[in-house]
Amino acid sequence: MSLTTDEVKKIAHLARLGIDKQDIESYAKDLSGILDLMARMGELNTDGIEPMAHPMDQVQRLRADVVTEQDNREKFQAIAPQVEAGLYLVPKVIE
Amino acid sequence: MHNKTITQLAHGLRSGEFSSVELTQAYLNRIKRHQGLNTYITVCEDLALQVAYAADIRLANGNPELLTGIPIAQKDIFCTEGVKTTCGSKMLDNFIAPYNATVVEKFNQAGAVMLGKLNMDEFAMGSSNETSYYGAVRNPWDINAVPGGSSGGSAAALAARLAVGATGTDTGGSIRQPAALCGITGLKPTYGRVSRYGMIAYASSLDQGGPMTRSAEDAAIMLQVMAGFDEKDSTSVDLPVPDYRAGLNNSIAGLKIGLPKEFFGEGLDSDVAAALETAVNEYRKLGAEIKEISMPNLNLAIPAYYVIAPAECSANLARFDGVRYGYRCENPVDLSDLYTRSRGEGFGKEVKRRILMGTYALSAGYYDAYYIKAQKIRRLLSEDFKNALAQVDVVMGPVTPGTAFGIGEKIGNPIAMYLSDIYTIAINLAGVPAMSIPAGFVKGKPVGLQIIGNYFAEDRLLNIAHRYQQVTGWHLQPPKGFE
Repeated sequence: MSLTTDEVKKIAHLARLGIDKQDIESYAKDLSGILDLMARMGELNTDGIEPMAHPMDQVQRLRADVVTEQDNREKFQAIAPQVEAGLYLVPKVIE
Repeated sequence: MHNKTITQLAHGLRSGEFSSVELTQAYLNRIKRHQGLNTYITVCEDLALQVAYAADIRLANGNPELLTGIPIAQKDIFCTEGVKTTCGSKMLDNFIAPYNATVVEKFNQAGAVMLGKLNMDEFAMGSSNETSYYGAVRNPWDINAVPGGSSGGSAAALAARLAVGATGTDTGGSIRQPAALCGITGLKPTYGRVSRYGMIAYASSLDQGGPMTRSAEDAAIMLQVMAGFDEKDSTSVDLPVPDYRAGLNNSIAGLKIGLPKEFFGEGLDSDVAAALETAVNEYRKLGAEIKEISMPNLNLAIPAYYVIAPAECSANLARFDGVRYGYRCENPVDLSDLYTRSRGEGFGKEVKRRILMGTYALSAGYYDAYYIKAQKIRRLLSEDFKNALAQVDVVMGPVTPGTAFGIGEKIGNPIAMYLSDIYTIAINLAGVPAMSIPAGFVKGKPVGLQIIGNYFAEDRLLNIAHRYQQVTGWHLQPPKGFE
C-alpha cells in the first residue's frame, strides 16, 4: 500500500504537525514502507479473537472523591511560554 | 573506585574507606574526561556534591538508607524537580520539571546521589540513540558504533563507568537492546511493577521503567528501590514487592529453559548464535534442562507494535501544543499556526514519522484494519508467552540480531531500524519481564542474552542472571580505555 503526498498532508493536518514541503515526499515513502510492513498482519486470521488493550486486563482503579492536589498554578505557569494574570496566552481566536 | 559494584561502594562508604563526596567527585571527573561519548545531557555537579555532603553526615550518624551516598544517573525521560528534563527533544529543551517522577522520589528517599540526566532517543523513539536532539551517543566498545536505544546514554554511561547504576525505560526493547550492545545488565520489569508517574509517556500500554547496572546483584538493589504500587499511576499494580536480593544465590538445578525456534532462525548473526549457545551450555552445567519450544506468532510482533506504539504516541504527544510548557514557535499568526509550527519545529523526524503513522492508524476508516487488528495479534502473542511459560520456567534467546551497528548505518532507513527490535518487542506486547545480560563478545563487541520470565517473576530472573554471573566474567570486563 502506498500513501500519496496529499494523504500525508491530510494526516499532518489532523495531527496539527508542521512538516517541511521538501520532506513530504520522503514521509510518503517511509510511511508507505511501514504500511507494507503492517500489511503482514493480514496473513493471520484473527476472527473471534478479543482485542487486547492492556497487558494486565486491568480495570480502572477508583479512588475516593477527595482533594489530593494543592494549587500549583504559579509553579506550573512559571514554565509556560506566555502568561498574564494567571492565564495562558495564545493568539487571538475570536475577532 | 569506578569498577566497584553498588554493594562494594555501600560497604566502602559505611566502613569509611572513602566518602560520598570523594566518590561523587571521582565520578564527576570521569564524566568530564569522557564527555566525548555524549552520555549525559545534563550533569548536576553542584546538586550531586550537596547531596553527597548530606549523605556523608548521614553515614557518620550511622543511619544510612539502602543507597545513601551512591552515585547514580537518571534517563532524561524522568521528571526531576528543578532540573532540566528534555526527553532528548528540542520540544523540552527549556523544560524544568515542576515535580519529581515517583522513581526519582524513591531514589532520593533511598539516599542516592543523582549525577545527572542521561541522553536518549527523542521521546524514547529509536533504537540507536541517534534521534536525540542532543546528538548521538557513542558506544564505549567502539566509538564509531551506536550504543543502542532508546536508553543509549544509560547503557554507554554504565559501560564507561560514568555511573554505578542508571534508570532506563523500555517500550519495545529500550532497556534490553542498549544493555546488550554495551555489555551491561538491564531489566525490563513486568508492566505495572514500576510507577510511570513523571516518566514522560511514549506508548502507555507498553512503557515500563527499570534498572540498568553492571551486574544482576546491582539490578536487584536498584529494582528494590524502584518497584512498588503508586496511587499516582493508574496502571500501577498493587502487589507486594519481594526482597529481590534474598533469592539471588538459590540453586537453579532443574530449571526448565525454553528456546523458541523462531528466535534462532534466519536473521540471527551466526557468531551471536554461537555465543548464545555457549551461554546456554553454561546453564546446562548449572543443572538447567533445555527444551526447544515454539512461539508461532512472534513474526507478527513488529507489525503489531508499529501500529500500537505510534497510535498511543500520537495521542500522548498531542499534549505538546506550545501553550503550557515546552517549545513555542516565534510570532504565531493564529492558534492553528501556533500548534502546527510549535510541533513541527519542536519535534524531530522520527517522532514526526510515528505521530503521522499513529494518526493515520487511528483515523476514520482505518481504525479496525490497523489498531483493532494489532490488538488481536497482541492477544495471540500474549497467549504464545502464556503457553510457553506453562511448559518452561523461563524463555531464553538473543536480544539483538547482531552486535552494535555503526553510527549512521541505519538511521536513513527506518524500517531496517525497526526490524532490529525483532527479539524484544513481543515481550512488551505481552507485558512480561525480561533481562539482558552480557554473554560474550563477537569481534570485540558485546553480545546480550535475553531471559524472559512470567509476570512478576523479576526475582527469579535476577536469580538466574546472578548464578550465571557467578560462573562467568563477561559482565566484569571494561571496554578498552575505560578500565
